[in-house]
Amino acid sequence: MDEITKLVRDYVIREYLEEGDEREITETTPLISGGIVDSFSMVSLKRFLEKKCNIQIPDACATPDAFDTVQSIVALVHRFQKAQPVTV
Amino acid sequence: MSYPTVCEELTAKSYEELTANFDWSIAGRELGYRPGDPINIGWMCSDRICHLGMADKVALYWEDYQGNQQQFTFDDLRVLSNTVAQFVCNLGIQPGERVCLFMDRVPELYIGFLGILKTGAVAQPLFSAFGDESLLVRLQNAGTSAILTQKKHLHKVRRIREQLPNLRHIIVVDASDSALQPREVSFDMKRAPRVEDFAVYPTVAESPSVLHYTSGTTGQPKGAQHVQYSIISQYLTAKWVLDLQPDDIYWCNADPGWVTGTSYGIIGPWSNGTTQVVLDSGFNAERWYEFIEKHRVTVWYSAPTAIRLLMKEGTEVVRRHDHSSLRHLASVGEPLNAEAVLWSQEAFGKPFHDTFWQTETGCIVITNFPGMPIKPGSMGKPFPGITAAVLNTKTYEPITEPGIAGLIALRPGWPSQVRSYWNNEAGFKAKFKNGWYLCGDRASIDADGYYWFMGRDDDVINTGGHLVGPFEIESALLEHPAVYESAAVAKPDPVNMEVVKAFVTLKRGYEPSDDLELEIMNHIRKRLSPLAMPQAIEFVDSLPKTRSGKIVRRVLRCKEFNEPVGDLSTIMDD
Repeated sequence: MDEITKLVRDYVIREYLEEGDEREITETTPLISGGIVDSFSMVSLKRFLEKKCNIQIPDACATPDAFDTVQSIVALVHRFQKAQPVTV
Repeated sequence: MSYPTVCEELTAKSYEELTANFDWSIAGRELGYRPGDPINIGWMCSDRICHLGMADKVALYWEDYQGNQQQFTFDDLRVLSNTVAQFVCNLGIQPGERVCLFMDRVPELYIGFLGILKTGAVAQPLFSAFGDESLLVRLQNAGTSAILTQKKHLHKVRRIREQLPNLRHIIVVDASDSALQPREVSFDMKRAPRVEDFAVYPTVAESPSVLHYTSGTTGQPKGAQHVQYSIISQYLTAKWVLDLQPDDIYWCNADPGWVTGTSYGIIGPWSNGTTQVVLDSGFNAERWYEFIEKHRVTVWYSAPTAIRLLMKEGTEVVRRHDHSSLRHLASVGEPLNAEAVLWSQEAFGKPFHDTFWQTETGCIVITNFPGMPIKPGSMGKPFPGITAAVLNTKTYEPITEPGIAGLIALRPGWPSQVRSYWNNEAGFKAKFKNGWYLCGDRASIDADGYYWFMGRDDDVINTGGHLVGPFEIESALLEHPAVYESAAVAKPDPVNMEVVKAFVTLKRGYEPSDDLELEIMNHIRKRLSPLAMPQAIEFVDSLPKTRSGKIVRRVLRCKEFNEPVGDLSTIMDD
């Protein structure tokens, strides 16, 4: 698992998975459509990504589809990432 | 910019025909209810439908995001709600006691709601995304005796239960007893011995039925107490406004933690004997269209926020699916902007019909009817039997001139009118002025009698169709160690209409930063709910206040909306 994937997955588990929720979060687990991250909570996830990955995600690109899995989120990050190291 | 009036082929009586000689007894006769008879919503939505010969008709098709499916007939509703009712009674829950339902959109939520009503207890559904603080406030206020929940939400209940001395039973619908702690009990609705016969408690018209919490400008959320007689208006509005027909497949997007999800996600369709479908999943346009196609949904009751999200996805994804089954579309929660009405006409060949109502009204009160010409962006007209007006803000007299904004008001007395705010008589009385019930919203009426929404008349934030009170958010903000003072106001948003924005001053030793902003956002999201989470936080040196030190939210809100603040002299002298 690469660094960004781990960063995103760990953050989702830490911040969005409820204590009693036993679901495993894989790279393809549906987050929005699976009810783990709702559309209102997307904003905080977007902020986290922008801060930690040093990117700016246009609001138009912050769609439920783009945030639905760890895999799609990482793809979004790569799309907007400048050549800078990730601040972990 | 003016928009064309969208006309439709008549599928029902015209508005004029519906309003002529209207009386709510129409609904009573159709439901087989006579004044003075016992009346119970749980029985009406299950047993009565079976007695009408529809026992084997599918009442609920349920599906989750993983594709798991369940199906329940009306006889299943009858027997399983009996089973829930018997279980609750065996725990010693008495009529009138509050029983909370705190679950995702699983069958146990829908059927459990009916079961609780059959016992004569008061059903108190709460949004499952609420954090423990939001849950605590509502359970404490109601003195809730029992809660039905799932193991994934159990940790929130455990965190607060020592502060809830009235909470005698925590009923977990998907856990074995071995995993539970004292006061917790397991209940598997489908595996429990089925109860064929249950003596439904003989509730009457004014017996309390459902307690829904709703946010206001001041103080904590208020418990809007509804009664069994509310089914009269919920049944009829579901039939006339949502146009529910015997062969319909109905889909209501709303969660039963909110009033739409009970009035029109349980009571309305099932009292009409209508089959409904439920998708327990987050938003995904492709999935939603697949769902409509698969189940041949005919009537779809959605919300402007969801519709705007669908608009963002475009019409290409709509065209990939067969939505020819859709006959009638309606919308609820916040004003439906004209662009959304016109988009749905283009995407589905028919417009979404805006409906206006609120927790306290219990049913749709001002609406666009099937067959009535729609003016995109308009709320529509009052439902027959509802006397509505816009009132002068100073005299509380009806404004007769078209196009002048005033307070939306209703003459008290419709069947599903809220009867009280739980333990808050003063707050309830404040909702009435000059013989009118005040909705808290502003509108104007045009020359054709159509209502046009202008905005809230208070500081409540309407985000994604849900009302969020600033006081609750500010109180939670103050719990964060860095926050000295706070104000929560609405900020315009293209999808959600409004979102929460917080203005915060920091305690000595703390500095504004992106990390702190994110930390505070997540703090509110977990303590209250994702809806209440500020989508933006602005760190400021000070907040606008009156001379007595009261924060003037209006100043901050007006700046967000780029509106003139108006005359502050009387406020600043307070």
